[in-house]
Amino acid sequence: MAVAAAAPNPRPASAARKLSRYFHGHPRFSIFLLLSLPLLWLGMVYFGSVGALILQSFFHYDGFSGKVINQFTLENYGELFSPSNVDIVIRTTAMAAAVTLASIVIAFPLAYFSVRYASGRLKALLYLAVILPLWSSYIVRVYSWKLILAKEGIISWFLAHLGLTGLLDKVLQLPAIGGPSLSMSMLGMWMVFIYIWLPYMILPIHSSLERLPKSVLEASADLGARPGQTFRRVTLPLVLPGVVAGSIFTFSLTLGDFIIPGTIGNSSLFIGQAVLRYQGTAGNIPLAAAITVVPMAVMAVYLLVARNLGAFDAL
Amino acid sequence: MEEKLIAVRFLKVEKHFGEVAAVNGVDLEIFDGEFFTMLGPSGSGKTTCLRMIAGFEQPTSGRIELYGKDVTGLPPYDRPVHTVFQDYALFPHMSVGENIGYSLMIRRKTGAEISRRVNDMLELVRLPGLAKRKPSQLSGGQRQRVALGRALIDQPKVLLLDEPLGALDLKLRQQMQIELKNIQQRVGITFIYVTHDQEEALTMSDRLAVFNQGCVEQVGAPADIYECPATIFTAGFVGTSNVISGALAEKITGKVQTLTVRPEKIEIRDPQAVTSGSEYYADGVIRDSIYLGMYTRYTIVLDQTGELTVVEQNLGMPRKVQPAPGMRVRAVWEHSSTRTVEAGR
Repeated sequence: MAVAAAAPNPRPASAARKLSRYFHGHPRFSIFLLLSLPLLWLGMVYFGSVGALILQSFFHYDGFSGKVINQFTLENYGELFSPSNVDIVIRTTAMAAAVTLASIVIAFPLAYFSVRYASGRLKALLYLAVILPLWSSYIVRVYSWKLILAKEGIISWFLAHLGLTGLLDKVLQLPAIGGPSLSMSMLGMWMVFIYIWLPYMILPIHSSLERLPKSVLEASADLGARPGQTFRRVTLPLVLPGVVAGSIFTFSLTLGDFIIPGTIGNSSLFIGQAVLRYQGTAGNIPLAAAITVVPMAVMAVYLLVARNLGAFDAL
Repeated sequence: MEEKLIAVRFLKVEKHFGEVAAVNGVDLEIFDGEFFTMLGPSGSGKTTCLRMIAGFEQPTSGRIELYGKDVTGLPPYDRPVHTVFQDYALFPHMSVGENIGYSLMIRRKTGAEISRRVNDMLELVRLPGLAKRKPSQLSGGQRQRVALGRALIDQPKVLLLDEPLGALDLKLRQQMQIELKNIQQRVGITFIYVTHDQEEALTMSDRLAVFNQGCVEQVGAPADIYECPATIFTAGFVGTSNVISGALAEKITGKVQTLTVRPEKIEIRDPQAVTSGSEYYADGVIRDSIYLGMYTRYTIVLDQTGELTVVEQNLGMPRKVQPAPGMRVRAVWEHSSTRTVEAGR
């Protein structure tokens, strides 16, 4: 006790100091305070709305009165399996998959170049070029693409000057992806989707490549692996989490989008448009809710498959 | 003299990074089966030389030969050498066993052969039973052994080690030094070891090269380098040395020259001590003494300009004069303990 008495006086305790000492002594309480706002937001606004959505998908919709009746039913999910709705789901999922694949193919070399070869100014410039489009309005960019892809648009003009109009016409005559012009074809829609979502693929791949130490690639070459083998055995598995993260963006954003399918392409519906139509025009909120569950289920399946393929082993 | 097989030969090798000459005309011969160390401060070009042997860097000019064959320009995967990296560079997504068996897998060996040889290698690097672990579940010392096993498994002709013990703590490091040396003797592979730690270099090497500013200052066995440093740089970098030059050297030896003497070769005697004809001496005052456990280090300010560092073992035996700061003393050493060096760079 004598020792304690000889110790210098602790600093006088003001109210603020008392408070900070209390937090220091009760770390759990501090963490609780820190997390209460985000938890409240996530819990109520986010999970609450998802819960409400799923709940509504089990409600009954009376087609005659146009009223939603609080009565449990599976008829909305049955409705999903009607031929027209199955078409919509397949079309949307196929488009999302095609957009994702193309985005990976375009994003990977770009990110690889930027990480491994570009330095200083060039790297900054590339980074800016990737995120710059995100600063401008999405609607404006989609409508600009409508003009670019139109029959009298710049692509047709350019191809005509190369004498390739015949080729374009042949491509547009293909079933499923063709149409009267690029702007009214699935091919055109695919291109616009890729353009719009590409940054969301480049950025995660870029950051996972940044985390890949150069020495690991050198070690692979040192142990006898040619560049192709190093890519397959080392680079790809280690960058896969980034690719999956990017594809979650491109895949789910394509699944839910209704503006691009409404602007570019033909009149066949995508999931987003179907939701809008059932909910907005017809007031059939339960069916709209059931359709919204589809992309969530597709994403869940996608992530499970990715996990089983070992996409997250490197995390 | 027996003819020695030359494993690695550098012929007038230069490497420039932009304006900077990292390696500035290195000629070097490393013999088959020896433990060779490249010693030098950071930026002295030793790591760049190692990376040129591995093929990660190409020389700007000059030639590198492996067992008489010109390998300049060959990519790393076409060279019979493997590297143990400073940061280990283990593949984080593979297990310990997959890491060690990587080069065999690349060479399309059968699964049975790979697992047999991986198990043998795990024994050699003393990690039995850890094949299934991930690198992230290992300690630093264990990762070091995995990196070593991975590089040794397909019996490269030369093993390159880039400061492999740098990240380990002192005790583990000393243990690994002995173990590395044992493994090298057992497998009989040429080891080329890069370090900036002179003690490590002296302990482990058969021969070593001292690097400074992109050039090789001296090549030789550890005892030769320590006892007969050829340049002031080597004398100061490998161990510590007193450098005596100019007027001071003339006063002591009667000749203007540059010479070095190791601190432990100097004896502190009382100021009137008689010296023999085979001894040099210098008088001065002890400025400070630092007790270091096994020995004590004294700094003596000489009457002529200059200082001498002297190290005396703490033998615990009674002596006439117990040196202490402020005391006038005579520092005495044998003629044979001095080395004449080039004034150098």
